[in-house]
Amino acid sequence: MKSERAHARPLPEMRNAGATFWSKAAEGVLVVPRCTDCGRTFWHPRPRCPHCGSGRVDWIRGSGKGTVHTFTVVRQSGDPYFKTKVPYVVAMIDLDEGVRIMTNVVDTPLDALAVGMRVEVLFEDAGGGIAIPLFRRA
Amino acid sequence: MSVGALSGQVAVVGAATAGIGWESRQSVAEIMAEAAHKALVDADLSVRDVDGLYAVTPYYWMPSVTLADQLGIQPKVTDSTNIGGASVVAHVGHAVRAIVSGQCEVAVIAYASTQRSDAGKLVTGADMLPYERPYGPLFPISGYAMVMQRHMHEYGTTREQLAKVTVAASEWASLNPEALKPEPVTVADVLASPLVSDPLRKLDICLVTDGGGAIVLTTLDRARKSRKPAVSVLGTGESHSHCYMTNMRSFTETAGVQSGRAAFEMAGLGPKDIDVLQIYDAFTIMVVLGLEDLGFCSKGEGGALVERGIGPGSTLPVNTAGGGLRYCHPGMFGIFLLVEAVRQLRGECGRRQVANARRVLAHGFGGVLAGNATVILGRNG
Repeated sequence: MKSERAHARPLPEMRNAGATFWSKAAEGVLVVPRCTDCGRTFWHPRPRCPHCGSGRVDWIRGSGKGTVHTFTVVRQSGDPYFKTKVPYVVAMIDLDEGVRIMTNVVDTPLDALAVGMRVEVLFEDAGGGIAIPLFRRA
Repeated sequence: MSVGALSGQVAVVGAATAGIGWESRQSVAEIMAEAAHKALVDADLSVRDVDGLYAVTPYYWMPSVTLADQLGIQPKVTDSTNIGGASVVAHVGHAVRAIVSGQCEVAVIAYASTQRSDAGKLVTGADMLPYERPYGPLFPISGYAMVMQRHMHEYGTTREQLAKVTVAASEWASLNPEALKPEPVTVADVLASPLVSDPLRKLDICLVTDGGGAIVLTTLDRARKSRKPAVSVLGTGESHSHCYMTNMRSFTETAGVQSGRAAFEMAGLGPKDIDVLQIYDAFTIMVVLGLEDLGFCSKGEGGALVERGIGPGSTLPVNTAGGGLRYCHPGMFGIFLLVEAVRQLRGECGRRQVANARRVLAHGFGGVLAGNATVILGRNG
C-alpha cells in the first residue's frame, strides 16, 4: 500500500479552507471561493476574503473554462511520481471566474501549447472522496 | 525624520567571503563566523566591537543566534529576518536604522551555506502551497520558467537576449579569481544546454556551490578612522508581493519597483546616477526584470538593454563578479551582491574593476521573485 502511494500523485493537504475544492472536484464540479460581502472571487481558498477581510466566504460553481496565462514543460523531477510523468505541463490558468490557478495541462500536444490557449477542466480521481482538477485544450 | 536623513549616515567598513567552493570541511556556522571574522579584520575591528548581529541561512532556525554562539558574543540588536535570497540586502536597511538610532554601533551581516556538499542542489526551507503541490512544479525553477515564458510572450523578449545574461556573467567570471566557473560561455552554448523547465535551460540557471560572506557596518564617524576608503549606505528599500508563485500579482513585474523606488528616494538619486549594478541572477530572467523594475529601462525593454551590453567594457556593468550564474551560488546570493559592491567602490577588483565606480546598486530577490530588497552604496570623497 505504501509503495503504491509513493508512485501516486502527491495529494493535497486537506486541513485548510480548500477541502471543499477537492471534494467538489470528486463530484465533477470546479468551485471557486467568493466573498459574500464584497462579491469578489479569490484564489487561493482562505477562511477570510483577501480583498475585504470578511469571514463570510462561500463557493460558486465555476464554468470549468479558462485561458493559459503562462506555462512550462517540466523535463526532469526528483519526485517519485512526477519523474515518471516527464515531460509534463505546469500552467497558470486564468479561470473565467476571474482567478488564476496552477494546474497541469494534459491530453494536449506539447507543440500546441500557447499563452492565451483556451482550456477546459477534467478531473482525475484521487480516491478518498477527492479528485484533482486538470485542464486540456478546449 | 525623513528617510533622506538616514542617507550617508552609516558606512560599510568591512567585506569578506569565506568557504566558496564545491566541497566543504567546515560547518555552515563555522563558515558564517569565518566570513564575519575576515570582514572585521578588513574593517580593523574585532569581534568584541560587534553589538549588532544580522544573519540568515536555510540551515538554522534562528541564524543570528547560532552565529552569536559561534562568535561568542551577546549582541544588543539581533535580526534573522528571512525574505529569501534578498534577506541580507534587507538587513542593510535594518542595520542602518539600528545604528542611526543608537541601538548598536558595529553591525555584522552574514550568510553561509554548504548546499553543494550536503545535497548537490538548493537547500531551502521553502514550503509549497497546498494548491500547487499536486501539480509538481519544480521549486523555484518552474516559477521562473513561467515568468520567462510570460515575459517572452508579452514583450517579445528573445531566448538569445536571455542567453546573453549568462554570456556576460561568464565574461565577468573570467576576470574574477574567486569565480568557480571562469570558462567562457556563448549564446550557442546556452541555447544548446538541456531544457529543464521550458523555456528555461540549464545554462539559464545558477550554480550550486558552498560558501558564505559577511559585511560590517558602523557609523560614518567611526568609519573615517578606517584605513580603507569609506563606503556609505545611501539608500535602502524592501518589499514583498507574494509568497507562493500562485499568488504572484504579475508574472512580469516584481516588488523591486517598490524597493527600488524607496532606495532611490532615500538616496536622492535615480538610475542615471548608478555606475555598477549587482542584480541577483539565480535565473537569467531576473536580470531583465531587475533592470526594468529598478527603472534602468521601461517595462519590456530589459532584453534589448541586455543586448546593448552588460558585460566588461559596457556602459552598464551588471554582476561584475560573475553573479550566481558563474561566480558562486550557495543558495541565497544576497551577501555576494553586497561584498562585490563594496569591492568595486573601493577599487579592489583587479582586472574586473569598473573605472571610477562611485555608486553601486545591489538588488536581491528571494523565493520566486517574492522578497525584494535594494541597497545603494556610494564611495565617499
